[in-house]
Amino acid sequence: MPPTVSTDQGSSPGLAAYADVTASETSLRRFLHGLPGVDQVGAEARAAQLGTRSIKTTAKAHALDLAITMVDLTTLEGQDTPGKVRALANKALRPDPADPTCPSVAAVCVYGDMVADVKAVVGDNVNVAAVATAFPSGRASMEIKLADTRDAVAAGADEIDMVIDRGAFLAGHYLQVFEEIVAVREACQRADGTHAHLKVIMETGELQTYDNVRRASWLSMLAGGDFIKTSTGKVQPAATLPVTLVMLEAVRDFREATGVQIGVKPAGGIRTSKDAIKYLVMVNEVAGPDWLTPDWFRFGASTLLNELLMQRTKLTTGRYSGPDYFTLD
Amino acid sequence: MARIDVRKTYKLYIGGAFPRSESGHSYEVQDSKGKFVANAALASRKDVRDAVVAARKAFPGWSSRTAYNRAQILYRIAEVMEDRRAQFVQAVQQSEGGTAAAAGRQVDEAIDRLVWYAGWADKLAQVVGNANPVAGPFFNHSAPEPTGVVGVLAPQSSSLLGLVSVVAPVIVTGNTAVVVSSYSRPLPAVTFSEVMATSDVPGGVVNVLTGDAAPLGPWLAAHMDVNAIDLCGVAGDDELSTALEVAAADNLKRVRRAPAAEPDWSADPALSTMTDFVETKTVWHPIGV
Repeated sequence: MPPTVSTDQGSSPGLAAYADVTASETSLRRFLHGLPGVDQVGAEARAAQLGTRSIKTTAKAHALDLAITMVDLTTLEGQDTPGKVRALANKALRPDPADPTCPSVAAVCVYGDMVADVKAVVGDNVNVAAVATAFPSGRASMEIKLADTRDAVAAGADEIDMVIDRGAFLAGHYLQVFEEIVAVREACQRADGTHAHLKVIMETGELQTYDNVRRASWLSMLAGGDFIKTSTGKVQPAATLPVTLVMLEAVRDFREATGVQIGVKPAGGIRTSKDAIKYLVMVNEVAGPDWLTPDWFRFGASTLLNELLMQRTKLTTGRYSGPDYFTLD
Repeated sequence: MARIDVRKTYKLYIGGAFPRSESGHSYEVQDSKGKFVANAALASRKDVRDAVVAARKAFPGWSSRTAYNRAQILYRIAEVMEDRRAQFVQAVQQSEGGTAAAAGRQVDEAIDRLVWYAGWADKLAQVVGNANPVAGPFFNHSAPEPTGVVGVLAPQSSSLLGLVSVVAPVIVTGNTAVVVSSYSRPLPAVTFSEVMATSDVPGGVVNVLTGDAAPLGPWLAAHMDVNAIDLCGVAGDDELSTALEVAAADNLKRVRRAPAAEPDWSADPALSTMTDFVETKTVWHPIGV
């Protein structure tokens, strides 16, 4: 089952309480800087400690299948051809053709101009996500960013991955970033009243501190993002466990404060199934089991899927598998 | 005042590094008279897994070196072994018993064998390759190419000469190796790893696991990313070697079958020690008009 696209959450009564926070640059700054600081050493130690959990046998099999259903299978290269994205879309539908019990992934993530090619293959069985707003740098005029978004939505994208303007964020122009997200969110609206799921990429590798990650998370959530996403995958470091920990705390606190649930998507740098399982443990321990579904947690990855499939094959056949037995992406 | 012994706990050799076993286990190694010598790491299946990954990673680099360069590196291993001859003699004598002179002869033969195989690196293609006469306007020629990652269960009794005699022919043609050493006599293999770490052999080309071939063999034989396996280390155990051959058949591994008993390693090796682990590539090249 593909994850459902949730209905509009902007009218939630909980969010209304924050209307005056986002009313002006000053109030927004006061609010974001009033968020409690992140204990860097504590966050890193907590993330490392959660990474030591041992997940074996049936729990591991469950975790691997869950992780596969959470993968946003991604290709974001200048050299992407229609043939390549079609092959990737087929892989998204049936990641392991040799094993019909293997679940589909959550979505295929491509550039906006490739959406139609993917959609033609996957139909409604797997979501199609498109990166927009001058991905990956986000350096373009607002009109171009909005046109980029509308194009992708019109081509049939179920989800939009937008990048925030990190320059504006680091310069302290929070309201500008906020209004951009709100505008892109409006551009995600479809004629029939539904809207494409909006994932907000914060590019945590460029935000410098965990405090900034927490601020950017709250900013994105207040602006109406359905998901907060760590990175574009084009900047090192990309997703790390401590950064994701801070974001998971943010979505947990946000739901407590407003009643609105927001998803989290770490992307980039997650390559082994062991890493993926560490993230799942952290989701369960920090945000809670409510987030352990593809509707609320995703992995942005390309090579991770083959690793998950190899581990899955190892569990079902009892022998180690090799990369020769899975498709190259 | 009597000096206190430095009691050693050796580690594995995987990907050019010396990690402890993933299991954390080690076992006591005794000399030929049953006296404690040192602790050796007891490799687990996950060490096999890691070693295969390291060997696979090293394969493209190693196999694309020129044959001449591989010869130089094998010769370099022999040179470094020669430098550490005394240590090898002691390790072999401790493991296998006998006189220092007998152990010295084993070490000399092991070094000579490396030099012998080093010489084959750029000659094997001339001997087993061929220009094939075909009925058509083509140059047609065949050449041996390395098969990939080779699992090697090293001999149980000949701890150094036997080890060198199964490892050198595997790597000289460009394969990378995951070696399970003799269980009761692992120390010469440990010293051999230290030699390889310091003699220009790229990390991951030879990975040495000290441990028991009986539990490790099936994981290596069934591993889908291993291209060939040498079963010498389970010589004499028909049931196990048959089971390993069956497991190896799943991905059509090349198998060098276990002999009925460990051979006499001082005899000149056959070419098949190398050709068992190569693929013959045949090229049809149109003759230009």
